[in-house]
Amino acid sequence: MAYSDKVVDHFNNPRNMGSFKKDEDGVGTGMVGAPECGDVMKLQIKVQNDTIVDAKFKTFGCGSAIASSSLATEWLKGKTIEEAQKIKNTDIVQELNLPPVKIHCSVLAEDAIKAALADYQKKADSK
Amino acid sequence: MKLPIFLDNHSTSPMDPRVLDAMLPYFVEKFGNAASRNHAFGWAAEEAVENARKQIAKLIKADSKEIVFTSGATESDNLAIKGVLEMYKDKGNHIITSSTEHRAVIDTAKALEAKGKATVTYLSVDKYGMVNPEDVRNAITDKTVLISVMLANNEIGTINPVKEIGKIAKEKGVLFHCDATQGVGKIPVDVQEMGIDLLSFSAHKIYGPKGIGALYVRKKNPRVRIAAQMDGGGHERGMRSGTLPVPLIVGFGKACELCEQEMATESARLTAMRDRLQAGIMKEIDEAYLNGHPTQRLPHNLNISFAYVEGESLLMGMKDIALSSGSACTSATLEPSYVLRALGVGVELAHSSIRFGLGRFNTDEEIDYTIKKVIEIVTKLREMSPLYEMAKEGVDLKSVQWAAH
Ligand SMILES: Cc1ncc(COP(=O)(O)O)c(C=O)c1O
Ligand code: FES
Repeated sequence: MAYSDKVVDHFNNPRNMGSFKKDEDGVGTGMVGAPECGDVMKLQIKVQNDTIVDAKFKTFGCGSAIASSSLATEWLKGKTIEEAQKIKNTDIVQELNLPPVKIHCSVLAEDAIKAALADYQKKADSK
Repeated sequence: MKLPIFLDNHSTSPMDPRVLDAMLPYFVEKFGNAASRNHAFGWAAEEAVENARKQIAKLIKADSKEIVFTSGATESDNLAIKGVLEMYKDKGNHIITSSTEHRAVIDTAKALEAKGKATVTYLSVDKYGMVNPEDVRNAITDKTVLISVMLANNEIGTINPVKEIGKIAKEKGVLFHCDATQGVGKIPVDVQEMGIDLLSFSAHKIYGPKGIGALYVRKKNPRVRIAAQMDGGGHERGMRSGTLPVPLIVGFGKACELCEQEMATESARLTAMRDRLQAGIMKEIDEAYLNGHPTQRLPHNLNISFAYVEGESLLMGMKDIALSSGSACTSATLEPSYVLRALGVGVELAHSSIRFGLGRFNTDEEIDYTIKKVIEIVTKLREMSPLYEMAKEGVDLKSVQWAAH
């Protein structure tokens, strides 16, 4: 199977790869997937005044999963919480030109975004 | 050194130029039908076919009359299993095979089962992927008509104790079919000594052309009979009809002759190269696990799982090296390798496996390059892996509640 140029680019030059400290102020962490399924995605956001000022990812999975999470961090930066909620896996599929067998990799990225936002919300609410 | 490098010789192999040279006259110049008995065109073709049959038989220590040409090992496996089952249906309908067979065997057995034509025992294997001959013995019933166990596995390279299985088969009077597609031409095969009654193999795995294979069918002690699976002109002693593809057969014969002549030096060379590849990788990468048997293994096979990184991403990071992986992400079914699962390799590690398949035309320089690339990409992807990060923090990954999707 041939990969789209964009997938290859994200794979070779991942954007925002890395981690924040989970307990850092304003950081939300989402971890989705399972090693048995062959894919685990960790996505983190750093929020200031309702805006995502930074995002990071680490992914265990295929090239498309890595590209999807890398793209997600790019898109998240600068968005408000509300705008981030609206990112759909289909947007990722379209942007990266993912074939049908790789759609679940984009679903995972959407799940990771949602999980990171929920984690941030939970931490904010408990203050 | 030319890129990309081909290290996927279990899937197929490049044709040896000497094989091509042998084939060329049989396309345009000597194009006859080997079954034409009444003119020189036919005679030339027949002579070429019979010469190839001898070269092929010699490689497995058989008689040339025991070689039946097919389109490849898939057809040979189908013909052997379905042909025996149909021919010996009065005796019984039980087949014994193993859980790590190629799909040409497993799916044939499953299809027969689904149609109610056979009952099948799938023997489990040990942690190295080896069938225990005693398990074969214990599975035999008075309804057993066939044992089908592979010589060497196509993913992990483990070599089965075929001789012991052959002995048990003989003792119990059950026919023994062996899918030797990965072993023929790479390690010595002797159908007499190994007690094999039917043997499948294919030319394209041994530097010959694609589209031609053979089924060895024993003629003596016992005389094995199989029911043809295709009706037609009754070629190949009635077992496989269809005009013989003479150029392919000539190429197959030449490929077998070269393997026979060069096996000793070639297997020593490939073993040394493979061992160097393995050592070079293992020295630098922790938590890299060998899949398959440490010693009872094909000389050109290496299968390693790299914990915390996924196989397809590894392949993607080594785009200029042709390799294969047992990861689900590389398969159409999204299931990781059933062979690795059968050895008890965890699903995570099955996802992380890479198969290296060396061959006649690989060079030391290519191996050096591959070692370097593997170390680079595993290191890079582990940096990117949340699992590696957790493991380094001391988290027991097994204890984590994963949000499966
Ligand atoms: C063990 C084994 N059996 C059968 C086959 C099928 O061979 P062919 O492609 O010649 O039909 C293969 C090839 O992948 C194999 O490795
Ligand atoms: S993570 Fe398995 S296909 Fe993408």
